[in-house]
Amino acid sequence: MDSVEALVAHVQALSGNPEEVSHLHSLLKQSEDSLRSQASRLFPFLEQLDPSKHSLGYLYLLEAYSSGPLLEEQASGYLLTVVEFIDSCSAEQIRLAPDKFTSVCKSFKDQVMQLEVAIRGVAPLRTAIRKLQTSSEHLTTLHPDFLLLCLLSKCYKAGLSILDDDIFEVDQPRDLFLYCYYGGMINIGLKRFHKALECLHNVVTAPMTSLNAIAVEAFKKYVLVSLIHNGQVPSFPKYTSGTAQRNLKNYTQPYTDLANCYATGKFSELETSIQTNIEKFQADNNLGLVRQVLSSLYKRNIQRLTQTYLTLSLQDIAGAAQLKTPREAEMHVLRMIQDGEIFATINQKDGMVSFHEDPEQYKTCEMIEHIDSSIQRLMALSKKLSSIDEHISCDPAYLTKIGRERQRFDFDDFDSVPHKFLQT
Amino acid sequence: MDGDEEGVAGPMGDEAMFLNGGDDGRQQWRRIKAAMGSEQIDVEAYASLYIGRTKVMRLLFMAERCGNEGMQLEALRLAYDEIKKGGDSHLYREVAGKIAGRLGPQYTLDQAWADAIDRRAEQRKDKLDNELNGYRTNLIKESIRMGYNDLGDFYYAHGQLGDAFKNYVRTRDYCTTSKHIIQMCLNVILVSLELGQFLHVSNYVGKAEQTPESLDSITAAKLRCAAGLAYLEAKKYKLAARKFLETGPELGNNYTEVIAPQDVATYGGLCALASFDRTELKNKVIDNINFRNFLELVPEVRELIHDFYASRYASCLEYLENLKPNLLLDIHLHDHVEALYTQIRHKAIIQYTHPFSSVDLHTMAGAFKTNVSGLEKELEALITDNQIQARIDSHNKILYARHADQRNATFQRVRQTGVEFERDVKALLLRANLIKHEYNQRAAPRKV
Repeated sequence: MDSVEALVAHVQALSGNPEEVSHLHSLLKQSEDSLRSQASRLFPFLEQLDPSKHSLGYLYLLEAYSSGPLLEEQASGYLLTVVEFIDSCSAEQIRLAPDKFTSVCKSFKDQVMQLEVAIRGVAPLRTAIRKLQTSSEHLTTLHPDFLLLCLLSKCYKAGLSILDDDIFEVDQPRDLFLYCYYGGMINIGLKRFHKALECLHNVVTAPMTSLNAIAVEAFKKYVLVSLIHNGQVPSFPKYTSGTAQRNLKNYTQPYTDLANCYATGKFSELETSIQTNIEKFQADNNLGLVRQVLSSLYKRNIQRLTQTYLTLSLQDIAGAAQLKTPREAEMHVLRMIQDGEIFATINQKDGMVSFHEDPEQYKTCEMIEHIDSSIQRLMALSKKLSSIDEHISCDPAYLTKIGRERQRFDFDDFDSVPHKFLQT
Repeated sequence: MDGDEEGVAGPMGDEAMFLNGGDDGRQQWRRIKAAMGSEQIDVEAYASLYIGRTKVMRLLFMAERCGNEGMQLEALRLAYDEIKKGGDSHLYREVAGKIAGRLGPQYTLDQAWADAIDRRAEQRKDKLDNELNGYRTNLIKESIRMGYNDLGDFYYAHGQLGDAFKNYVRTRDYCTTSKHIIQMCLNVILVSLELGQFLHVSNYVGKAEQTPESLDSITAAKLRCAAGLAYLEAKKYKLAARKFLETGPELGNNYTEVIAPQDVATYGGLCALASFDRTELKNKVIDNINFRNFLELVPEVRELIHDFYASRYASCLEYLENLKPNLLLDIHLHDHVEALYTQIRHKAIIQYTHPFSSVDLHTMAGAFKTNVSGLEKELEALITDNQIQARIDSHNKILYARHADQRNATFQRVRQTGVEFERDVKALLLRANLIKHEYNQRAAPRKV
């Protein structure tokens, strides 16, 4: 009883400058257990603290409180408190105890999901991520949770602000798997298929020693999105882990069958293949994507015609793309022209379609700017790459490993490893 | 089209010599040919080109495939006569069964004859075995070789090809001169061809060609033919064509137990048409004096090659169509006729469209003896395969050549490469990070 009050007093007194805060931090750590034991009665104390000034203390109390059982009537009050805290807390202070902060946010997320008001969690979690991460390249444990809430509340656009950052630093592989998987789904929802492919590709090719369910699900979606976007599924690149290469296909048989049927370009076969596995697709919640695969086959067939023909009657298009009527073919062509997928004009009088070449001449300022910006980006990326390469080749842990392996496999090459690095 | 034909005919002087044979004469000849083409092949004349086992096998193959009773019986009759000369009782029974009394009492199963053959064969086999055992105890290399060889010959004559093959191969260890090796190789090749084991054929052709002594020209020609057949069977038409084209005229009628010179012309000509480009066709086929001798034996093939080269596709395709039923009855070529014909046709279409910037599909369809929609389909397939750079104006039925814009294509590629590079590097950094993380994770407990 006393200890809590004393602690609150400490918190109030010791939140001024960084040294005090670190002292406070050690005090808080010591009293962690006692806080936990009194979790249920901590709530009133929170009001005595100012979340923006006493962030660290507030965080400890809040974490202890949320680790205990929450009654239903308390829930909405709790949500409000957390939202307020996340909004106003000081980033420097909470970064002293990132795991506490993460755990608060997680329990907040669980609450939001339990109450089925995912949308209320989107904005706070985004703020939380921004406060927690040290740089925009850093993947926090909160990323997947945030994307999950975006998905559940269908706020795909909100997710983009986080997804558009490039991620290079990862704490937990599992976070990355989930982050990329959810990211892929958000991109699918927005029909940004090439981005979705990138995300799912990262999951499928990530180094893994044992197969995980996330990778399997991601591979299913990867197959479908590849078909929609490219019309074919690329084989595994050689850096894919052996586990994934060996096992993924076994777990996703209906999807591999689908891809094979797609490759034949025959509409009826694809349809039967879908029909035979429809329950599995449904169970995987991929039926919508499968339908999109089906309709993309029409597009693919029409697109192929543009390579071969200058003009073609709608009747012939319908025949070649296995559509039933010229009218349907016209609708497809029209839609594809609208989406910028083909360049063509329809002559309704004769029922003819004239296909044109891509009108892009690469002469406009926008195009030059676009290319210039790509070049800048790539140069920055190359620099980063070489700096990382340098960094790794000086990393003692790396060199000991490489040195040891060389010694074992190839005695002649051993001397080329600098000796000074080997002694660490 | 006419302009093109003149343009092509201009630079090649020796072609003119051939054309000088007179358009009249050629026309006349063509008329005769057209009348002949629909006729069935003359079985007796065909059979007289071959001797030995291949004659029988070819006849039987023809009887099975021709689907025409008169011809079938004719072929079976000739096969029956041929078998009676030899000693293969098994084949004899089979053929007699196939005839099933349709050729009168002369051609029924002569049980007594077959039994006598069997008995004699048994005795001879025992004798040969005994002799061989004798030689083997005496360890005289040459005799052992002869023994195995005789045994091989015996099995071959009696249709036990597997055993014949084994015995011929065994002689290999006892060959002392390169002449023996060549004989062994030729024997093995012969049996393997009959067995349809074309892998052995090319193996032993290689062995025979590696003997230190230079081969006499007949043997060389035989080996070329055998290699050609092996390549043909493996669907390597270009290599097959080369082998047949290299075959020397010395072959003559020396290898009729396998192949007739007419066949060399047909196989070589068709494979060359299907796989060679224009210059190669000119240098290696039309200007090839050796091969010209072969081509003279089969004027149709000669004509169709010249027609193809002179861009007279309609008449070339007509010749091909006329030849087709007979080629389908050929024991070696039948499987490949379709593939070769499609390739030749595609080549013709590609060559036809190549020099033009626009082609009227009606004219082209006329030149290829087909209708416009069929031609459109063929062109579509070739364009999709990127074999013709053109696009079809289906409305006006014109084919336009397509000139790729290098600049645009480069820009497109640059953008594409940029995007890919960016994506790959990012993914790579991410993976590197994961691996590093995993390594640190594993290393961490060890340090503690």
